This record gives sequence, C-alpha cells and structure tokens, in this order.
Amino acid sequence: MIKEDVIICRCEDITLKDITDLLDEGYQTFEEIKRILRIGMGACQGSTCISLLQREISNYHNIPIEKVETPKVRPLMTGVKLKSISEAYKNES
Amino acid sequence: MKANIVIIGSGISGVSIAYNLAKKGVKDIVVVDKSYISSGSTGRCGAGVRQQWGTLMNCKLAKSSIDFFEKAQKILKYHRDIEFKQEGYLIVAEDDEEFNQFKKNVKLQNSVGIPSIQISKDEAKKIVPHLNLDVIHSATYCKTDGHLNPFLMTDAYYVAAKKLGVKFYFYEEVKEIIVSNKKIQKVITDKHEFYTHKVVNAAGGFAKEVGDLVGIDIPVYSENHEILVTEPIEKIQGPMVISFKKNIYCQQVPHGAFIMGRSDKSVEKNHDISSTWKFLDEMSKTAVELLPLIGELRVIRQWGGSYNVSPDRQPIISDTKELAGYYMAVGFSGHGFMFAPMTGLLLSEMILNEPTSIDITDLHIDRFESENKTNYEQSVV
Repeated sequence: MIKEDVIICRCEDITLKDITDLLDEGYQTFEEIKRILRIGMGACQGSTCISLLQREISNYHNIPIEKVETPKVRPLMTGVKLKSISEAYKNES
Repeated sequence: MKANIVIIGSGISGVSIAYNLAKKGVKDIVVVDKSYISSGSTGRCGAGVRQQWGTLMNCKLAKSSIDFFEKAQKILKYHRDIEFKQEGYLIVAEDDEEFNQFKKNVKLQNSVGIPSIQISKDEAKKIVPHLNLDVIHSATYCKTDGHLNPFLMTDAYYVAAKKLGVKFYFYEEVKEIIVSNKKIQKVITDKHEFYTHKVVNAAGGFAKEVGDLVGIDIPVYSENHEILVTEPIEKIQGPMVISFKKNIYCQQVPHGAFIMGRSDKSVEKNHDISSTWKFLDEMSKTAVELLPLIGELRVIRQWGGSYNVSPDRQPIISDTKELAGYYMAVGFSGHGFMFAPMTGLLLSEMILNEPTSIDITDLHIDRFESENKTNYEQSVV
C-alpha cells in the first residue's frame, strides 16, 4: 500500500502518510494530530476521518479503539451561509 | 522527582517560557498541563497577531513579538510551515470619537516604531474591496500585523524546547503546591511529585486558581469568547478587519477559511466555553453588515475559549513579594498568543535575575495596588 495515495480526510486532503509521519514523530493523541493537520475540522465535520484516524492511532499504539478519544462534536451539523443565519429572524416574522 | 522549575500550562506562554529558559541554559525544566498542548485559550484564539494597541506596554510587547515571529521559523528550526503572513490589520473607525481615539493610538504606535497609518475609507476600500463603506468613518492600517497558526506556533516552541531537554507532562493536573518557610518546596500533581523552589503560573484561563494554590490573590477572571470558522475559499481578503464599536474581528487565514469572533458584554465570569445560538445570530449580522460578500460563505464550526481578563486588560508578567520563586504570566485579556515571544523572554530574564529587555514595572501585579491607574487598554474585541 502506498501511504501517500490513501486519503484519510477528504476535506483537508490528509493522507495516511501525513498521519503515520506524525505518529512516528511521537504525537500520540487525536487532539494533537487534529490540531496539526486540521483533520476532523473540515466541511464534513469529521464524518469519515474521525473513525479512520482513531483506527490508525489504535493500531499504531496497540490500544483498543474504544480507548482512543473522540473529539468534541461542534456545531453546526451542516454548513449554513452566514447570510441565511443573519436573515433567519427577519424571515420568521 | 527534582526540577529546577515547574511551569504550569502548555499554552503558548508556557512553552515560550520553557524554551527561553532552556535556551539560556537552565536544566531540569518541567511543564505540566492538565490536558493536551494548546488545549486552552491558545488553541481557541483568533490566530491574529497585531501591534495596533492603545497602551505603551501592549505596543512594546507586540512590536518585539512580531520581530520574533518574522524569524521564528528559522530560529526554532521548525520543520512545518507556521503559516505566518503579514498582510496587516485594518481597524475601522465608526465615528469621529473613534477617529480621534485612533489618531492618538497611531501616534503612540509610531513612537515605538510600529508602522501604522490612519487612512480614509476610500483608501481602506483599496485594501479590502468588499468593505461596506456606508457603515464606516475611516480606518487605521498596519501592514506588518497579520496571521499565525496558533497550534503550529505552539508546536514549534514545544519541539524546540524538547530538543533543549525540557520535559512535558500532559493530562496531569497540579493539585497542590507545598510552601514552607516562605519557600516553594514541592508541586504535587495527580501523577507525580516535583521537588522544586520555582513555579511559573502560565495557566491561562485557570490562572486565578493556580494563584489560589499558594494563597496569592491574582485579580483576573475568565470569560467565554466565541468564534466561528467558514468553509475555505480562494483568497479575497488580505488583512484582519476589526471594529471595536461594531464588535467584530474577521480574517481569512492562509488555509482559505474565514475566522471571526465578537464579545458578549452580558457573558458571566466563569470557565464556560460553550457555543451559543445567540453568538451565531449576532456574529452573522455584524459580519454581513460590515463585509457583505462574506454572507455567501457557509459556517463550518463554532467554538469558545476563555479570555483571562486583568483589571487594565494588560498582561501581568510578574514575580510576587509574598512568595519568592513564584512567577506568573497571566491576564492577557485575549491576547496571550501574540505576545508570547516577549512573555517567554521577559519571564526568563526575571527568573534568572537578568536585566529585562524592556522595563516591565507597569506589568507587575503590584500595579493594581495604587488607586490612580488610568492606563486601560481600550482596543480589545
């Protein structure tokens, strides 16, 4: 498998190699890797990459996947235009 | 375990202090954080670095810090791009009152070498074409202000400090600081005991609590400041745009996303960092009014973080007369990230009894004892 060709995060174009490079450097946790690569913070809000990264951390450190932290879920559930939000109240009344 | 010094907090201030001390040859430096690196205010900040301040001390700290950021990548020999860009801060004035205040600010900034200028709204439009001129009076602009990635800048200090031998202990909370004979003896965490005579409080949002551990009353409090990020698009905005009266800061980061925030005057003083619908509503209205084009962008995420606020909204970089060996870098009032190079340098000089690079009497905790302090930083969102 060519690690450069395996995309883990489609929003930020993060490959498997980007992940394993950081694990090799000594970064251990989801939060550290997320902050360096922006993985999990893109337009899809981590719906694909969170579990993929958890699996890589689990395999690398040989710990059960349920012991790998899950990052905080943040609003919004889906992207909404600023204009739509700013006009929402006006449209209601 | 023995340590020469224990630094509490692995935000940008803590890692900068650790790096500066290690660079000066101090051994056995320990940094303790109850969570992961940059998990507090640093990792939640707006990623702006500016020099356009209203007090002399903030101007000096900011100017020297920008001088460092310009060379940080090389000095720290960091292998990733810290995403530093200098495309300025455009601070818009809404009325004559702000115009006059900014006139004084620019004069002060220029006096310490900060290249800020006051400009008309037509000139502002040349710098930010999508600015709504109907709602502004004029602006000030400083081209050497800009953007820096908070996670990566903190990581750069962290990597450099580790190479110099600094030991980091994450997910470990300081529970007790043992003092006897007016001297610090031991720092006890939930995992270790560190025998040390020196402690640095760089605990950000929890600075007051870390003061309370040794009975020192630090006059700071924390409050939630919210922020959001949009989808990334091609570059359309160079500088950070700020309005104090409209209550907004908004920039496009090199990655392409827009980051924006505003404060809420009714927010309570506590450690809450949650996201609210109220913020999203007010933020979108303000952003669309000042920068109408931005309204087309989708909001991706919102979050919150603590401002650790001091009475004059300037940092407290200080030792204490009550307890020798106890130092603090706290109360940055939302701007600890952009002052970090000077925070680390000044505190390392103070700890090693060297003359400080700039006179920081006005940043000492004792300044709040005198009644006639008028030096209040107004240029804060």
